[in-house]
Amino acid sequence: MSEAATATVQEAPPEARTVIEVRDLVTHYGPREILHGVNVDIVEGEIMVIMGGSGSGKSTFLRHLMALQRPTSGSIKILDHDVWSLSQKQLFELRRKLGVAFQSGALFSSMTVGENIMLPLYEHTKLDRTTMEIMARMKLEVVELSGFEDLMPSELSGGMIKRAAVARALIMDPRILFFDEPSAGLDPVVSKQLDELILRLRDAMGMTICVVTHELDSAFTIADRITVLDQGNILFIGTVDELRSSASERIQNLLNRRSEEAEIDPDEYLRRLTGDKEEAEGMPR
Amino acid sequence: MAEGSNQNTAQSAFGRFFDKVGRTSISGLEEVGRHGVMLVESLYWLIAGPRMSQPVRLGSVIAEMMEIGVRAIGIIGIMAAAIGAMLAIQGIYTLKVFGAEGHVVLGVAFSMVREFAPLITGILVAGRSGSALSARLGTMKINQELDALEVMGINPVRFLVVPSLIASLVMVPVLTFMSMALGLYAAALYVRATLGMTMAAFFDQTINVLSLDDLMHGLGKAAIFGVLIALIGVLNGFLVKGGAEGVGKATTRSVVQCISAIVVTDMLFALVATF
Repeated sequence: MSEAATATVQEAPPEARTVIEVRDLVTHYGPREILHGVNVDIVEGEIMVIMGGSGSGKSTFLRHLMALQRPTSGSIKILDHDVWSLSQKQLFELRRKLGVAFQSGALFSSMTVGENIMLPLYEHTKLDRTTMEIMARMKLEVVELSGFEDLMPSELSGGMIKRAAVARALIMDPRILFFDEPSAGLDPVVSKQLDELILRLRDAMGMTICVVTHELDSAFTIADRITVLDQGNILFIGTVDELRSSASERIQNLLNRRSEEAEIDPDEYLRRLTGDKEEAEGMPR
Repeated sequence: MAEGSNQNTAQSAFGRFFDKVGRTSISGLEEVGRHGVMLVESLYWLIAGPRMSQPVRLGSVIAEMMEIGVRAIGIIGIMAAAIGAMLAIQGIYTLKVFGAEGHVVLGVAFSMVREFAPLITGILVAGRSGSALSARLGTMKINQELDALEVMGINPVRFLVVPSLIASLVMVPVLTFMSMALGLYAAALYVRATLGMTMAAFFDQTINVLSLDDLMHGLGKAAIFGVLIALIGVLNGFLVKGGAEGVGKATTRSVVQCISAIVVTDMLFALVATF
């Protein structure tokens, strides 16, 4: 039996409403299978952190949760809607209930911070310009960036760009908020500020938040539950305490930041470097 | 034995050649197909967008018109005037052999209106705006801005492609008309200076020689060039892979493809229109 199959899996609390339900999700890039039948429930009002090493499939999984990528098989229900059975119009309406803060911020470089934040309002509502500007300033206040609305994204620091991206993600008052690597490329102080912001959003607005990260400290600070992905399989779903006390060797390796790579035989290493078996054998040792 | 081996090598080289030709042809057809799909998708969003609460914004179209059209007026005007004068210079030089310099108006009018104005405008817009479109969309793609649009419930084709397509479709013919006028004006100035023909006589002869069909021939071609420039620019931007280097490659590819498509279409259009 595979380690993934024996992984500790905690079911979502029965009384909580499931807002994202992923069943048997399989996805491929060309002939390569990336996710091998993933099952996850995310419940209303929780912060679910998705963790995993590089190549574990967490970014691909997030693209599925954001309804940006169609899986090979399996289903994704967001707010009780089976995403890929919706019409295009219904899918657009569903996406308006989701907010995403991308890793790079993904602010439009040709627009000011304020225009970036107002864009969803401009596209989806009939509000007048003054109301939109007031709403944008309110969201900037939430992320502690008030007064920066007239700057261009290129004039902001890395942490400010991420906070501006959160403000844009919040402008339509989404039910679910996604963060892709919020701490990536930030210093510890700014990273901590973002963690506090994520917690504040859950507590003050009751949002369901899904964060993809590989930063353990950040995950332990903000997570209600953690999902650990490993080579396209779910290795663990549970609380921070359960993760810490897990007996799984792979999880302990992840927590202790240990590489699972086996020790390399020096001869094999030489062969890999030279790319030629015979040549490697003929070389002096 | 050696002969057999040589034969096998020749056969495999022959096979590889046809394999390469086949793969290149298929990828070329795929490319044409992608442009067709993009055009159909753009038309779909233009027509169905308002019903799906995704209308094409007039403001975006006007902004693109400014970028593709109005800001190109200077350079296109200079180029068109230079080409008009050049046609007059070469025309007079050639016709002097027959002592028929007075007929230069005929050559300049036909060449400028039917051929040079749309061609030079198309090539300049391709170099200016086709590459800019690729670079802009490519950068947006690698910065995840296209994904951001999708998750905000904004279709990128409707938001980014359709305004550029409409602007290009409208502005390339408008710029071409301007090129025709400026090219003819520059030619008239040269003819007046060298042959002493008045401007009024030059334009009187031009109007007599040209028909509405000639004008529509030039403007029709320009409209097709406009669509080609927008589609090629946009598609190369959407297909960018691999960061900044990918954007650079897409930009170069876009300009080369745009100019090639313009020249080939120009030839086909001339062939069909004069058949």
